[in-house]
Amino acid sequence: MPDQPLLDVRDLRVSFRTRQGTVTAVDGLSFSVAPGEILGVVGESGSGKSVSMLAVLRLLTNPNVTVSGEVLFRGRDLLTLPDREMRSVRGREIAMVFQDPMTALTPVYTVGWQIAEQIRAHEPVSRREAHARAVQLLSDVGIPDAASRVNAYPHEFSGGMRQRAVIAMALSCGPSLLIADEPTTALDVTVQAQILDLMRQLNEGGSAVVLITHDMGVISQIADRVLVMYGGRAAEEGPRRAVFHGPRHPYTWGLLDSVPRVDGPRLRRLPTIAGVPVTPGSLPEGCAFAPRCRLRHERCEERPPLSVGDGDAAHRDACWLPSGGRAALRLTTRTATGKDTDTEVAS
Amino acid sequence: MLSFALKRFASALLVMFAISVLVFLIFFATPGVDPAARIAGRNADPATLAQVRHSFGLDRPMPVRYLLMMRHLLIDRDLESFVNRGSRVIPQILQATPVTLSLVVGAALIWMVAGVVMGTAAATLRGRAADPLIMLVGVVGVSLPAYWLGEVVNLVTQKQLHSSVFSWVPPPGYVGIGRDPGQWALHMLFPWLTLALLYAGIYARLLRGEVVTALNEDYVRTARAKGLSERRILLRHALRCSLIPIVSLFGLDFGALVGGAALLTEVVFGLPGIGKLTYDALQNLDLPVIMGTVLYAAFFVVLANALVDILYARLDPRARHA
Repeated sequence: MPDQPLLDVRDLRVSFRTRQGTVTAVDGLSFSVAPGEILGVVGESGSGKSVSMLAVLRLLTNPNVTVSGEVLFRGRDLLTLPDREMRSVRGREIAMVFQDPMTALTPVYTVGWQIAEQIRAHEPVSRREAHARAVQLLSDVGIPDAASRVNAYPHEFSGGMRQRAVIAMALSCGPSLLIADEPTTALDVTVQAQILDLMRQLNEGGSAVVLITHDMGVISQIADRVLVMYGGRAAEEGPRRAVFHGPRHPYTWGLLDSVPRVDGPRLRRLPTIAGVPVTPGSLPEGCAFAPRCRLRHERCEERPPLSVGDGDAAHRDACWLPSGGRAALRLTTRTATGKDTDTEVAS
Repeated sequence: MLSFALKRFASALLVMFAISVLVFLIFFATPGVDPAARIAGRNADPATLAQVRHSFGLDRPMPVRYLLMMRHLLIDRDLESFVNRGSRVIPQILQATPVTLSLVVGAALIWMVAGVVMGTAAATLRGRAADPLIMLVGVVGVSLPAYWLGEVVNLVTQKQLHSSVFSWVPPPGYVGIGRDPGQWALHMLFPWLTLALLYAGIYARLLRGEVVTALNEDYVRTARAKGLSERRILLRHALRCSLIPIVSLFGLDFGALVGGAALLTEVVFGLPGIGKLTYDALQNLDLPVIMGTVLYAAFFVVLANALVDILYARLDPRARHA
């Protein structure tokens, strides 16, 4: 039983019906989250990170959206759950924190009222008790003078405080899984660190966390496992150390190489991944990354499965390159990048 | 709060002063308007005209005439109509006010309830057949002017079907609420519905747009992620925020209607309200009455604006400190 994943997503597909035809945002994504772990989900904008998580909680309400696959949470498929039961999962068992704290709270109610509202939606407690818990939660997430701040309106909070308040709300019913969709993107760097600390504390309290971000630095600090997404599919998945120290997918190489290093040589221009990200409307039949990949070959016309390479069975990637000697291959792409993008050492 | 009230009161005075001067100037600058000729009657000889002018103070300089009129209107409160000698302006307005208030308050209740229900229903039923249907009803309501709809209603309830379905409808007119509340409501029913239909359509359309926008807001997504019921999300979050612009519009419409903008409805249904009073005064070029009703209307519009501001601050915490 302990090995059973908390969340097990299988072959998740999300497509939008648009005027230009059907657009696939998530294309057969499978991943799992173990109880108490932190899964970092990375990828460029448009890689399907947020959409897949919204699909997990069935928050895609647009009538033009079709979601298929299986989302097993503690063995129950959330996609087929009746609305009523789904509501009791949302907020109580799985909580979600969104990217922009500025607009995530209803402007006309106090922060405390909104936290208490969530508690009262799931637990038969009195107004007064819910209010007291809201004060405690706000103080837990580091809001000073929580007893009076609980009666403040969202616009009276700074961005960082609002995100704390949103997190306090997410934590109010003690969820076993927290999905955080770029919770630090809209915040400045010092506040980012505090919010990440909060995530870590929460995780130490026993909740599993799915942290969506496009910031490899954030992932390297906090995640137990990493899922790299590209074009609505999983490109690579594995334990953090394995992904950071022995990345296998050329897309992951690109992501890691484009992180500027404080201690490295000063580059005249930051390395980037050549080409533009695929859009959901123009997903290639084969490997989604092939059009931008320096190592593409005929096989890439075909879609690569997520498979175990050499060694660690938990480390999987979706690439047709030979599983051995990837590190050496990575070096060849790097020198090629050097030539193209003019990365001389500045004097 | 006190400084807010004082500021509003001062601005009301300023607005009323400016309007009164404007009305006065426009009246006397309008070609062909000679109150003396009207008062003296047809074919009056010059001597009579001069005498009339003198007795009404019309031969004095304009500023003096203005100040005299204001003194009689506001301080002595005995300003008399030019046309009906002896009938005073202030009692006329005081008599007409409850009629207009009855009409506007009742209609406002109906159109607010109908507008909110229709707008919210249409927003939640978006993409289904009921939405355009509700909006169509709204457009039809907006497109029927009160003078036409009122006449049709009168025709149907007083003539065509009066002997059968609508035999219970009393003849047009006003019965004071203090005299007989039942008769009051019965007399007001069709005027209420006629006036309300016009506004219900506008409000429903406006609210539908607001609710549709709100339902796509991030905070609604948060509310859903909290595990709230759809009903609660709609009413407590989306609708609550959508009501803010509606309420400010409502205040302005309400103020204007109490100030006399319900004129057409009042005239059609024979209700002796402020609108009717203004209408008659304008037809007779009865400057004292026009002046009185215009100042009364300005007062209500300014008052409604102030109330809207207070209400707005209550509804939207973001507006409280601004």
